[in-house]
Amino acid sequence: MSRLADRFEPGFEWLIRLSGWSAIFFVFCIFIFIFKEGGPYLWNELQYESVEKEYPAGGDAAAEVLPAVKLTELPYEVVEERLLEDLNEAGAEGRIEGFRDVRLEIGERVEVVVYLEPGTDPEKGLAQILEAHPLRQDSSHITEFFTGMEWKPESEKVRKFGIVKLLIGTLSVTFLAIFFAVPFSLGAAVYISEFCTGKVREVLKILIELLAAIPSVVWGFIGYTILNTTIMSVTGRDDGLNLLNGGIVLALMSAPIMVSLAEDALKAVPDSYREAALALGASRWQTVYKVLLPAAKNGILAAVLLGVGRAIGETMAVLMVTGHSLVIPGSLFDSVRTMTATIAAELGEAVRGGGHYRSLFLIGIVLMLITMTVNLIADLVVKGFRGREHA
Amino acid sequence: MPERIADDGVPKTSAEKAGVAAVAAEIVAKAIDEEEIDVPSTGQEKPTQGIFVATEATHRKERTERIARRLLLFGTLILVLPLLAIILNLVTKALPILSLDFIWKNPGSDMVSGGIWAPLIGTIYIVFFSLLIAAPVGIMAGIYLNEYAPNNWFTRIVSLGVVNLAGVPSIVHGLFGFGALVLFAGLGKSVLAASITIAIMTMPVLITSTREALAAVPMSFRQACWNMGATRWQTIRSVVLPNSVSGILTGVILEVSRAAGETAPILFTGAAYYFAVPDNGLAKIFPYAPDEQCMALSYHLYTLSKQVSNVPPELKYGTAVVLIGLVLAVNSVSIAARVYLRSRKKW
Repeated sequence: MSRLADRFEPGFEWLIRLSGWSAIFFVFCIFIFIFKEGGPYLWNELQYESVEKEYPAGGDAAAEVLPAVKLTELPYEVVEERLLEDLNEAGAEGRIEGFRDVRLEIGERVEVVVYLEPGTDPEKGLAQILEAHPLRQDSSHITEFFTGMEWKPESEKVRKFGIVKLLIGTLSVTFLAIFFAVPFSLGAAVYISEFCTGKVREVLKILIELLAAIPSVVWGFIGYTILNTTIMSVTGRDDGLNLLNGGIVLALMSAPIMVSLAEDALKAVPDSYREAALALGASRWQTVYKVLLPAAKNGILAAVLLGVGRAIGETMAVLMVTGHSLVIPGSLFDSVRTMTATIAAELGEAVRGGGHYRSLFLIGIVLMLITMTVNLIADLVVKGFRGREHA
Repeated sequence: MPERIADDGVPKTSAEKAGVAAVAAEIVAKAIDEEEIDVPSTGQEKPTQGIFVATEATHRKERTERIARRLLLFGTLILVLPLLAIILNLVTKALPILSLDFIWKNPGSDMVSGGIWAPLIGTIYIVFFSLLIAAPVGIMAGIYLNEYAPNNWFTRIVSLGVVNLAGVPSIVHGLFGFGALVLFAGLGKSVLAASITIAIMTMPVLITSTREALAAVPMSFRQACWNMGATRWQTIRSVVLPNSVSGILTGVILEVSRAAGETAPILFTGAAYYFAVPDNGLAKIFPYAPDEQCMALSYHLYTLSKQVSNVPPELKYGTAVVLIGLVLAVNSVSIAARVYLRSRKKW
């Protein structure tokens, strides 16, 4: 058996190499694809271009016209649906016969057959319709995406995709969660690492680890049932799905990672520091407060940052417990809507290639960039800490 | 801490002891307190501890210590108690419905009756297929990155990318799965698309945990083996892998529990609201084809609590308890394995 394994050594080595490369390829596919789908927003305005008209030679009694509509970035279903709506709004009893092109790439032409009511002058009628009612516009310029206050993917006339409120929602829930979680997590980390030993420490560490393992949908369920009723009965409001609920749930979810990483950071402080402090007669708390916390502060900062990263990316729990209404929260009892929850709630309705779809992918890009920045900073903070340690 | 110093017990005679104690007490007081030291008068209630004189500063120090300890314990309990309270709460509310029958029965088509067999088997399907894809590729990629890849800028960038991707929110993976697999690759919402999505989500974590397990094998093991004339692959097969397989397996088990609990990535890639699974026969065990949607326990809990009205509460609580039980059981296996293996570690 082992002979056999040795004989195929080059084979195994190549299999391993191949796996390595393909895994790396898979992993980077995500970056590439998300940017590819959301990207056109970054370098392209997703607005309809003007309509080019071509009229066939033989327009007959039914006043058939064949305009060639040049559109950008819209799939077949969207064009058909919207053109119909626009025609109806213009009061034209229009009927769209069909499209010559089904899949559209940017700038590609689509030909639409429109029947107008008998007696309408085709040229005038069509020009009127299309000029008075340009196909419904997405206000989708990139600056508007980042500064726009409105998120209206279902709007009738002008759909708006501005993520400011979603960003504020995410940040407020995250901030609240970290505000709740940091004192308790640091306390727990210090307690586990410095104040207890043996069995107790093992048990506490395992419990914290199990806390980290509870799936987010279960946390959402807990917030939706237990916490919801608790908040309702304590505050006397008739809805407990709000910022506070989300903050508590997210705090409980992001605490375990902070505890275990902060504990690692404390453990990384050499024992000689503790011994020196104890030899000076410092009590344990004094050792922690004056020696260990300053020595481990970078590691602890990194732990908090990774907790922030986890809280920002959390989806199902916030979708279920924050109430999901699009407002800038003024109090703890306002409901908010986060970026992740928006993707989870709306991706199913978005048509591939449409403005809504691309906006959701752009939110994905923003999320990815935020979490990656947070992780990178945490990484650098720890590296700086380690580097000094070795020097 | 006075006892600590006394425990060292180097000085032999009482005179020496007194001398050391005096010096120690002075250092203690100075090190701790900026204020001036109160010399205790003999008439106070509890002025001495052993041979040491407890100053006011010492009392204050001990008081602070007690308060700090209590506060820290409080912080810890605030985090740990909810876990126990929640599990207790969920289990008591689910108790009326929890039985083998609940697990074995399919959900009714109205979603307000029956058991959880169809979602449970769907979750097992997704976990199995995703593991089938992610485990070999992820482990081999970990071996490649740790043992074969040259240490240059490209490898560093790859490692950085892998580590960062492990922190990317799961909904972004869902976005990728929906856009790339369901729509672009034309897999549609299916078990396959969901499994690949979960596999891609877990792969970075698997690569990282494999690398950690491999890196824990001391370099000297490899060097010894190379010096015997073994090739790189022989070294990996006969020395590195046997010494790290436990760590690798722990990582895989943890990924199983994560895959079982995730909802966001399968929301748009394969989770079905309802799927009619046959009530008996072989088709009950193997109900889903790879190109069909399937139910999943996590998504089932979401639909039961958010999208269907009039669901009897114990049905929801029962589903939640089974999901938590599944995930925690898998986690406990991994923890137990780790504790056992740590005790067996030879170096």
